[in-house]
Amino acid sequence: MLALEADTALGALRLRLSLDVAGGECLALAGPSGAGKTSVLRIVAGLLAPDSGRVRCGGQTWLDTEHGLHTPPEGRRLGYLFQDYALFPNLSAWRNVAYGMADTARSQRRELAMTLLERFGVASHAEARPATLSGGERQRVALARALARQPHALLLDEPLSALDARTRAHAGRELTALLAEAGVPAILVTHDFEEAALLADRVAVIDEGRVVQTGSAAELAAAPASSFVADLTGAVVLRGAAHPSAEGLTEVKLDGGGRLTSTDAARGRVAVTVHPWEISLEPTGEAGGGSAQNLLPATVTSVTPVGNRVRVALLSPQPIVAEVTGAAVARLQLEAGAEVVAAFKATATRIVDI
Amino acid sequence: MKRRGGWFGAALVGCLAVALAFLTLPLAAIFLQSSPGDLLGSLDEPGALDALGLSLQATGIALALIVAVGTPAAWLLATRHFRGRALVVTLVELPLVVPPAVAGVGLLAALGPSGLLGEPLERAGLDLVFQTAGVVVALTFVASPFYIRQAQAAFSALDPTLLEASRTLGASEARTFARIGVPNALPGLLAGGALAWGRALGEFGATLVFAGSLSGVTQTAPLAIYERFSDDFSGALALSAVLVAVSGAILLGVKLVSGPGALGGAGARG
Repeated sequence: MLALEADTALGALRLRLSLDVAGGECLALAGPSGAGKTSVLRIVAGLLAPDSGRVRCGGQTWLDTEHGLHTPPEGRRLGYLFQDYALFPNLSAWRNVAYGMADTARSQRRELAMTLLERFGVASHAEARPATLSGGERQRVALARALARQPHALLLDEPLSALDARTRAHAGRELTALLAEAGVPAILVTHDFEEAALLADRVAVIDEGRVVQTGSAAELAAAPASSFVADLTGAVVLRGAAHPSAEGLTEVKLDGGGRLTSTDAARGRVAVTVHPWEISLEPTGEAGGGSAQNLLPATVTSVTPVGNRVRVALLSPQPIVAEVTGAAVARLQLEAGAEVVAAFKATATRIVDI
Repeated sequence: MKRRGGWFGAALVGCLAVALAFLTLPLAAIFLQSSPGDLLGSLDEPGALDALGLSLQATGIALALIVAVGTPAAWLLATRHFRGRALVVTLVELPLVVPPAVAGVGLLAALGPSGLLGEPLERAGLDLVFQTAGVVVALTFVASPFYIRQAQAAFSALDPTLLEASRTLGASEARTFARIGVPNALPGLLAGGALAWGRALGEFGATLVFAGSLSGVTQTAPLAIYERFSDDFSGALALSAVLVAVSGAILLGVKLVSGPGALGGAGARG
């Protein structure tokens, strides 16, 4: 259990929040850059001293400004995955991992480091310097290093943002498994709602130093408390059961009815994500003439202009959000209760594990 | 390299050629004025080798002192922000611009027998004037700013996240300094050490004023050169040739160890 209260000035920004994360839970702090997300991690790690606040982890109090208590960073047992990984360039991969093993006997450090590197599939790079590793390899070494100290909490700063699109999906799945296995409270910072939805059990949306809404990613996407939260929750998430289809594609039977096709390979329980701007709306009866393979009959629940676009919320029966132009809204006469077909291509979908 | 721009390109090449000729001619002349045999012969004279040995010994001790005290001091200046920091940095750099003779007078006024700290030093049995220890003090005074400046720049150029990562992995600040700070700033530290050593090796004015020029005790190589250039020019040439060779070797060594950019820009670490 990790509990944090902080109230502090960060330049022009006032950071004021309190968070509780249970053991084994991953809480995502999602919000735009400059919202104070990383500062929260720095306060937990002891790298930033707030004007006032408290940090407790497990049975220990790490910070209590009221009683003048401030445990230095080295006294807080946690694993911090930095945004650019911050691997030590002067040390080989295994020495990076062994760096945090001050409590382990010197003779056992290498073996322990190798076990961790092996677990992340980078044992063959044990002797390599970080500069010679790819982004994905660096992330794995950094994760191994963060876990080497057997941390009582994990702090992850934009863990996937430094990776290219292909590595991301894979790294995301690994990270989810790792968080589940570590069983310690974790705080994840991201500006990408999809990343938060993928990795976290609960998402706290943070804006200008304050938490504006907390809930599961699905809850936030379905019922955003503000247009700010709505804008942040970019992706549509559809849950269902996947199995390979005859054409080499994946067919997903959606919870609550309906099915769709994806070009991503998967089997079993999955979540399918699709960006709202990939979804077009067509009148019932005339749908199916184009290249979009996925046609989901849906009922409009709300129509909200956002900038020069219009966000149309639908139930199919799982919630879907489509982004269309004002002209399309007028032509299709979209309003709450209207029946339409949500159409999107199989290539526009991404499948992620639940 | 081809440059566009006609006359300006030619002017650039011309200026560099003039600068290069002006800077290398005197050093080349030292070796061209007399044969290598004469040079080696002149080194046999009494006092010449003593002066070289003393120079190496005194600069070595001074460099060790500078590195031992200057490295943590530079770390503090690079990693902390405190009130009056700019003033401290300026004070540390002041000896860079103070004329060496003034530095010698200042050292006398502070540490000489009738200086500010003269009495306590005498009671402690530390006699500096006309002693080798005085040479070390003078060299340390004039050379340390070169090292501290460069070391501070090297530490400042480190990615602060590396130091924070070290702390979150359970390392104290002292361990972070030793295991992450110093190794990753090493090219800059070596460059600073080379600059300080080179400055100490050529030190003349402050040493002469503060420690005198006693053969075998305080007469370093530059002082020995000065003493003999009027009546024993070939002896002066021989000592000069050795100093040029040693200084050149230091420069080359550092460039080989820490990459070609090491002595170029303090902050530009690759």
